[in-house]
Amino acid sequence: MESRPTSFYVLAAFFGLFVLFLYGPTITIGILSFQGPQGGLTFPMNGVSTYWFRDLFEQQAVGDIWGAFRRSLALGLLVMVTTVVVSVMAGLAFRKRFAGSGLLFYAAITSLVIPSILISLGVGLIFNQLGIPVHWATSGFGSQLTWTLPFGLLIMFAVFNRFDKSYEEAARDQGATAWQTLRFVVLPIIAPSLIGVALFGFTLSYDEFARTLLTSGSYNTLPLEVFGMTTNVTTPVIYALGTLTTAFSLLVIAAFLLSVWILGKRRARLGSDAGKGV
Amino acid sequence: MTRNLVGWLQAAPLALVLLCFLAAPIAMIVSVSFWGATEYSIYPAFQFDNYEFLLGSEVTRRVFFATFRYAAITWALTLLIGFTVAYFLAFHIRSQTWQIALFLVCTIPFWTSNIIRMISWIPFLGRNGIANSALMDWGVIDAPLEWLLYSDFSVILAFVHLYTLFMVVPIFNTMMRIDKSLIEAAYDAGATGWQTLWHVIVPLTKPGIMIGTIFVVTLVMGDFITVRFMSGSQRANVGRLISNDIGLLQYPSAAATAVVLLCTVLIVIAILLRFVNIRKEL
Repeated sequence: MESRPTSFYVLAAFFGLFVLFLYGPTITIGILSFQGPQGGLTFPMNGVSTYWFRDLFEQQAVGDIWGAFRRSLALGLLVMVTTVVVSVMAGLAFRKRFAGSGLLFYAAITSLVIPSILISLGVGLIFNQLGIPVHWATSGFGSQLTWTLPFGLLIMFAVFNRFDKSYEEAARDQGATAWQTLRFVVLPIIAPSLIGVALFGFTLSYDEFARTLLTSGSYNTLPLEVFGMTTNVTTPVIYALGTLTTAFSLLVIAAFLLSVWILGKRRARLGSDAGKGV
Repeated sequence: MTRNLVGWLQAAPLALVLLCFLAAPIAMIVSVSFWGATEYSIYPAFQFDNYEFLLGSEVTRRVFFATFRYAAITWALTLLIGFTVAYFLAFHIRSQTWQIALFLVCTIPFWTSNIIRMISWIPFLGRNGIANSALMDWGVIDAPLEWLLYSDFSVILAFVHLYTLFMVVPIFNTMMRIDKSLIEAAYDAGATGWQTLWHVIVPLTKPGIMIGTIFVVTLVMGDFITVRFMSGSQRANVGRLISNDIGLLQYPSAAATAVVLLCTVLIVIAILLRFVNIRKEL
């Protein structure tokens, strides 16, 4: 193996620093959430305990954390399923280059880059004027979709731009209907990317703050609850909550990555029957 | 004709969501921006009071300037860091498995809560934080630096922390599609490393840079939570102006500011889109 140039080591060091910069603070609050009962918001550690985690499970004086968690989870799953279904349908639609597709595409891009607070404000105002109470499952749900659907759509563009159309043609030549082609050829091929779309949908919703601020109504989602805590909680209990929600996010990512990996294995095993005399 | 019909049927859910939760809210904001407000309520009207007040105010000018400044500084830093990181991953890591693994390492923090990531800077930058203690232990400074937290510095640091990824991903994506033989050709023609970088790689990476720029600039310009949180409410940008008005239930005034912000963002994007065809880059 040829030796690496000096620039490799310089850039590798830079990359290392960047990763440290990305993870350092989060790891710090992870450590600090294990402060002893007398510990404060900064180092030094005042003993090591799980006191603040227990505190989180016991007292509900600062708000309804577990209710907020359940709502965020439900909303995240709802947004995830909707994002996958709607993105796939839209992705298929854009392959047909239907009239007005350009307009819809730019609307989606606008939706992606428009400041979140405008969505929050506008949706809040509409519900207000129509006399409908805002609720996380209606106005909050719709507001979050304006952020997850464009992401999903962009991924579908990337997927279909690399999609080999000859598979579909082969299916049609063998007499498959449009639905059969979709169900047995297209969807299995794009399945791993759909997991990516699902991951985007769930986590963007689960962590979304700005678009839910004025649209979630009287029942907070978890990010809103955390934000509320930042203004009135001055104990490491907030770090404990931060550590738990981060751990949960990591768990979700791991689950998604694992399923991509399993799908890849499955495909390697079942993908081709060439030369097997089937 | 059937092609159009099927296309629209498939795109209908997306179109419906965008209509109800993007187009309608914008229309609502625009119309409310002409409304009037008393201390207790808002009432439909068609007046330019909100805009007159907004555009005639010295505060607005200062806040818009601050917003552009945050956006420009954050853009420059995220571009520098994002380009370097993407370059390292795309051209210096040889095995694809490692490339994907290291790329994932960069993207994972993106999936966790922004607010938690902001909170996590406090034990770092605070008066008794890690940075200050370390600097004092090393004898670099005698007293804690006060400007580390709740300052422009901490705001920009948080922006870079939150948004560099939006630069890394599109730049990495474009770099991965550069034909490696072009780079070899440059070397064969006698170009130095820097010349290859500047005359071959940078021009070919431009679409990725533009997409990253659109993300970072719009995210920073529309932000209100990072500025509020990381500046300890001591700094303002346009987003905060809007959220303050909302807090005071001054919706017409908030709407007018929102319209001005929206126009600014759309103009910036329109300019950036001149340089890149997004649909071709996916």
